[in-house]
Amino acid sequence: MAEIDKVPRIEITDGALIPDDAEKSIFSAWNISFFGALLILIILPIASPDPFLEILLFVPDGVVTTFQVTILSIIFSLVVGLFAGLGRLSRVKVVNRIATIYVEVVRGIPLLVQLFYIYYALGKVVQLPRLTSAIIAMTFCYGAYMGEIFRAGIQSVPQGQMEAALALGMSRTQAIWTVIIPQTFRIILPPVGNEFIALLKDSSLVSILAVSDLLRRGREYASTSFLYFESYTVVALIYLIITLFLSKIVANMEKRLKLHGRV
Amino acid sequence: MAEYRIQIKDACKNFGDVQALRNANLNIAKGEVVLVIGPSGSGKSTMLRCINKLETLSSGNIWIDDDCVTDPKSDIRKIREDVGMVFQNFNLFAHLTALKNITLALTTVKKTPKEEAEAAAKKLLARVGLSDKENVYPGQLSGGQQQRVAIARALAMNPRVMLFDEPTSALDPEMIKEVLDVMLDLAKEGMTMMVVSHEMGFAKAAADKVVFMDEGEIIETGTPLEVFNSPKEERTKTFLQHIL
Ligand SMILES: Nc1ncnc2c1ncn2[C@@H]1O[C@H](COP(=O)(O)OP(=O)(O)O)[C@@H](O)[C@H]1O
Ligand SMILES: [Mg+2]
Repeated sequence: MAEIDKVPRIEITDGALIPDDAEKSIFSAWNISFFGALLILIILPIASPDPFLEILLFVPDGVVTTFQVTILSIIFSLVVGLFAGLGRLSRVKVVNRIATIYVEVVRGIPLLVQLFYIYYALGKVVQLPRLTSAIIAMTFCYGAYMGEIFRAGIQSVPQGQMEAALALGMSRTQAIWTVIIPQTFRIILPPVGNEFIALLKDSSLVSILAVSDLLRRGREYASTSFLYFESYTVVALIYLIITLFLSKIVANMEKRLKLHGRV
Repeated sequence: MAEYRIQIKDACKNFGDVQALRNANLNIAKGEVVLVIGPSGSGKSTMLRCINKLETLSSGNIWIDDDCVTDPKSDIRKIREDVGMVFQNFNLFAHLTALKNITLALTTVKKTPKEEAEAAAKKLLARVGLSDKENVYPGQLSGGQQQRVAIARALAMNPRVMLFDEPTSALDPEMIKEVLDVMLDLAKEGMTMMVVSHEMGFAKAAADKVVFMDEGEIIETGTPLEVFNSPKEERTKTFLQHIL
């Protein structure tokens, strides 16, 4: 019984600040960081509109791009990750080997290097828009992480689910797609949420390819006004507010999942 | 036409060094209800799981009517449709409602149209007394209710044989009866059943045959009266003293 009701929890996080139940106080680390950052971001432009209001009006374009890169990359990496995860569990040796090599290669190369490499390697074949290259590179990298999450998720679905499906005459493939994968999605929701936050932060790396994300917009402002400190203060605060907000959502998701079991 | 509905011949199953099944022989006629008893680890589950090839025999053969389960050339999926299995832990699909648990295999395996599958599922839920639970997820059902849905799910495939592996061992005592009642009805309707269970009440009410296993061997086979009241083998006697 207990085994059936329990929602397996996958502990894969890059260390985003996840509020936990113990921190109920209004002076929890999350509250202080989030509302502190928000307050500073509101006070600064009021107290000194020049330059802070100007910066605050200049960079939000970048927020849109940052989310664009993040959301598209996460969607594509979920697809890649699903197949990477299935590949890692495949009984077909070749498939298994290819998936494992993919994961190992990605893990062994810094994301920034991958970004440069894919951008210039792709450039040799076809000239893609920078944003597209950036998304491809992020997908390539995060697809591997997602693959590991999917693998763990698939493995955490109790063996009995597959057996019950097979006993009814279903094929292994039918069982995987109609029984195992749907349950995997529920289990991996929180770790995927964490990856989303991690990806959002890592997406700042695409500014190196001159994609006008949040960081890049800050830098553009800084390099014309020479107000480096001010610009990057605003950029950092915006990143912080976004990631803290998202981590709250992920934490709530996790709590709901725990409360309701597998409804 | 084969003489027996289930035929197990010289069945052996090894897990590494463990001989889970040693030269088991058993014939079960159409409509027979067979109770399998024996200590934990005696190979009861293994025998059941070899019948629908969740495990593959190391040697020997098993037939369901004329279909040879152990023949690599047989379409095992086709055979499995005819062999319903009920597990100790229910193994209901956790992400699906009671109704969808029943319709899933109908729509994916038998390609039954959705409406038809749902109508069949509703009938089956009524049969196990759970008409009001159609849209409820397994997590919100009691153990007894889950097991009844699991039985309905297996019956949906219209099987020729039903295998029950300790269907009531994971249940709270007050829920055992509701599951056994469903099984009794099935037995009365003439379903061929193999039941691993130590429920004496069920054995006396429904079993045509009792099989006692120990250390992977079938030690003794007989009517419930013979096996329970005058066991021939010493090991059977010792075991019965333990559980009675
Ligand atoms: N998948 C497996 N791998 C290794 N050993 C197993 C496996 N399944 C069963 N066994 C062993 O086979 C023997 C019989 O097990 P089982 O059929 O489950 O017994 P029972 O159902 O009577 O309790 C036990 O010794 C058990 O440890
Ligand atoms: Mg067992």
